[in-house]
Amino acid sequence: MLSAPRRSSRPEPSLADSLERWHIDMWLLLLLLAIGVIGLVVLYSASGHSLDQVMNQGERWIIGLIVMAVVAQAPPEWYRAIAPWIYSVTVILLILTLAIGATAKGAQRWLDLGFLRFQPSEMMKLAMPMTVAAFLHGRNLPPRIITMLIALVMVLVPFALIAKQPDLGTALLVIAAGFFALFFAGFRWRWMIGALAALGAAAPLMWNKLHDYQRQRILTLLDPESDPLGTGYHITQSKIAIGSGGLFGKGWLNGSQAKLDFLPESHTDFIFAVYSEEFGLLGILLLLIIYLAVVARGLFIAARAQDTFQRLLAASLSMTFFIYVFINMGMVIGLLPVVGVPLPLVSYGGTSIVTLLTGFGMLMSVQTHRKLLSS
Amino acid sequence: MSSARPNYVTQTVPVWRRWAVLGLLGLGVVVVFGRAFQLQVLQRDFLVQEGDKRHIRTLVIPGHRGAIRDRRGEPLALSAPVEMIWAVPAALLESPQHVYAVAKLLGRNPKDLQDFLRNRKDRKFVYISDAISPAEAERVLSLKAPGVFSEAAYARYYPAGEVAGQVVGFCGRDGRGQEGLELAQEAALAGKAGARRVIRDRTGRVVEDNLESKDALSGKDLALTIDLRIQYLAYRELKAAVARNNARGGLVVVADSTTGEILAMASQPGFNPNNVEDRKGGGSRNRGITDGFEPGSTVKPLLVAQALELGVYQPTSHIDTTPGFFKVGALTVRDEHPQGDVDLKVLLSKSSNVGAAKIGLALGAESVWSGYQRFGFGEPIYSGFPGEASPVLRHYSEWGQIATATASYGYGLSLTAMHLVRAYAALANDGLMPQLRLLASAPQVPPQRAVSAVVASEMRELMEGVVQEGGTAQRAAIPGYRVAGKTGTIRKVADSGGYADKRHQSVFIGMLPAEHPRLVGLVMIDEPGAGDYYGGLVAAPVFSTVMQGAARLLRIPPGQMNLPTSPIAAPIPTRQTVALPIREPRT
Repeated sequence: MLSAPRRSSRPEPSLADSLERWHIDMWLLLLLLAIGVIGLVVLYSASGHSLDQVMNQGERWIIGLIVMAVVAQAPPEWYRAIAPWIYSVTVILLILTLAIGATAKGAQRWLDLGFLRFQPSEMMKLAMPMTVAAFLHGRNLPPRIITMLIALVMVLVPFALIAKQPDLGTALLVIAAGFFALFFAGFRWRWMIGALAALGAAAPLMWNKLHDYQRQRILTLLDPESDPLGTGYHITQSKIAIGSGGLFGKGWLNGSQAKLDFLPESHTDFIFAVYSEEFGLLGILLLLIIYLAVVARGLFIAARAQDTFQRLLAASLSMTFFIYVFINMGMVIGLLPVVGVPLPLVSYGGTSIVTLLTGFGMLMSVQTHRKLLSS
Repeated sequence: MSSARPNYVTQTVPVWRRWAVLGLLGLGVVVVFGRAFQLQVLQRDFLVQEGDKRHIRTLVIPGHRGAIRDRRGEPLALSAPVEMIWAVPAALLESPQHVYAVAKLLGRNPKDLQDFLRNRKDRKFVYISDAISPAEAERVLSLKAPGVFSEAAYARYYPAGEVAGQVVGFCGRDGRGQEGLELAQEAALAGKAGARRVIRDRTGRVVEDNLESKDALSGKDLALTIDLRIQYLAYRELKAAVARNNARGGLVVVADSTTGEILAMASQPGFNPNNVEDRKGGGSRNRGITDGFEPGSTVKPLLVAQALELGVYQPTSHIDTTPGFFKVGALTVRDEHPQGDVDLKVLLSKSSNVGAAKIGLALGAESVWSGYQRFGFGEPIYSGFPGEASPVLRHYSEWGQIATATASYGYGLSLTAMHLVRAYAALANDGLMPQLRLLASAPQVPPQRAVSAVVASEMRELMEGVVQEGGTAQRAAIPGYRVAGKTGTIRKVADSGGYADKRHQSVFIGMLPAEHPRLVGLVMIDEPGAGDYYGGLVAAPVFSTVMQGAARLLRIPPGQMNLPTSPIAAPIPTRQTVALPIREPRT
């Protein structure tokens, strides 16, 4: 009854249908693959024609796609069931990271288990929407105030632990994931305004809590030319690279800023600048449309989801992905402070690709495990 | 299960919230796209320009500086290609073994080089070598040390070294002329630098070199009127004389009296333009042009020429210089040895101040002044040489009797050696005074007439007495040639004011062959300190040696010895008519 043979009368099932039988969503897969191809192409240019890096990234993509496919096989109920456990384990790992984690580039983000090093904060990007969705599942919606407060604590504890590392970018993504789950659960807009006001009131306090380099980044955003060779260097070079692209771009492998080593982090966080220089405004438009299509497909899945957990999980994952994109692009084009968020699925770096594809695996699981309510 | 009702209430998400989500998505897209539009379309030109500023560099291709050559093509200054090694300190410091290897090849102490680079860590460009040969530079570059580059340049060499040092001058580190003709002719000598636009990466390495480029233009070679052979002779003899007389310095000028071309111009103390350390002292001054001095007795022939020109005196006129001194107001003009009643030839050959003063007073201030004017004492040399001294000749209306008298024997006015050479060239050139020239390419200015050809010829005959038996400068004589000239022993102005007793400038200026001169030469020894100081004893021998050599080099035939005025043909009667007890040459 759960997976009843569907429209067996049809002689030739479409590709979408065949894939769906394997719990893979065709549209999401195609869009993700499109981003992946663009990413590998740009990476070749941004890394200074390094085939090694492209191969590395390709391996991660393959691993990520396998993980995605595996994750998509399990029904959403299963994820709802394990969500509290994953959350608890991740919080413990985050605490451990702060206590005994490895320090790299001035931040304590890595946990070294001997056989592998990983970032528990990455896990939290998935654990957070799962947990909040699972928590709100089976309760009255819109949630009551006490539910809300408990959910808020669930969101803020990991946020604080990650921000403490410090990894402001990931912390923001985690809080965004929790926030969107609550938002789609329908918590009242009055509270939302109240929360925003409280946030505004706390802003000066938070300013004091920020590290010097974080404050510097925000100041630099406001006036990058004040220190063009120091902190403003990233943003200034990035703007130069993007501006040089013009309407149609300079063409693949013709971007000068990255090639001449003027643009720092050109293959990781600032890869969007390389892309913009080589493919221009039209390239940006194309990339935005593909990203937007991914988000739209995710929200479509959320809209058709069959229970609260699935709906909130799918919506939260989709919107977090969008925030992910927006923060990176905003940072590269000089609208947001430099917080160290990679361009999802394009920037060089393994962990985030696997995490993101795992999330899309869950989306596919939600989409492909729908039950027919009535025929 | 599909019909089971959940035991909790779920309200559907309000519609405005869906719109809010879509609005948020739309806003994000619009903001990102709008910003990209702003950067890529609106600010594009500005940002492209900013990018170019960072990676497009214009490399200067140095232009080859023109050579300076003497009149026969011998090089006096040459440019040779060299390389200068420079480094990006931070990049090179990252590789200590390369610092060591580079230092070894450059002959520097590795530790010193490392400290040198550390102290300049924040700079992007530091020279780490002097000019080295292209082959050496190639060896350094082949180390492939990070942040080490080479820049092409030209180094200036002066093959004649000290011999023509002050005339040629020198260039500074930047390759521009700083002294001498190097400075004066900078515009002609300097090449026009070319440019190559290249793309450089952040560490300065050139990654693309096919942008526009402009070839460098070579500067023009400069041919001088100097004859290095005569220059060398003048240099050698002057240096020896300065040493022999324990003098402070000196100068020798040799010029072609018909064309005004300077054939040699040597100064002491000297300097070697190849040696940077040498450049700091005063040795680089080309004293023949930059230093003015009181001409003293060397003006007497010019005064006499004016007197003859005006017809106030004849070559045979006699002047009574008894009793050897003569009061003009508060001034007492003295001859060291009273000469009695003398003709003009004796007056010049004994260099009588009393006689000169009497002639001057007889002519009057205006005539003396205008005579000097006609010999060019009031106008510059137009040498085009940096630091040319201006002559000082006050207007006659400011002269009283005393000034007229002193001006007649060469005090109270200031000239450079070149002024004297030019004036004597007029006497040598039958009264036509040529403009002096150092550059072969300088336009020939028509000579000005100073005195008539007859007077010039008479003056040469009179001046021949100076080098003859009984004259003040017998040592200026040159066997086989008739020489006319005049000595000068000038008391220098003391630092405390007035004239110094012990400090002199000993001068001899003359020409040969006297019957039809080709060459004018001037020798001045500054402050001889070995006893002798008379021009006839100190400067005249140098004149004799240099001019004899020059005459031989230029193949100037010896004169006819049997002319009645020849010093050899009719020396004895002349001497006996004078019949004066001469013990010492006169000023």
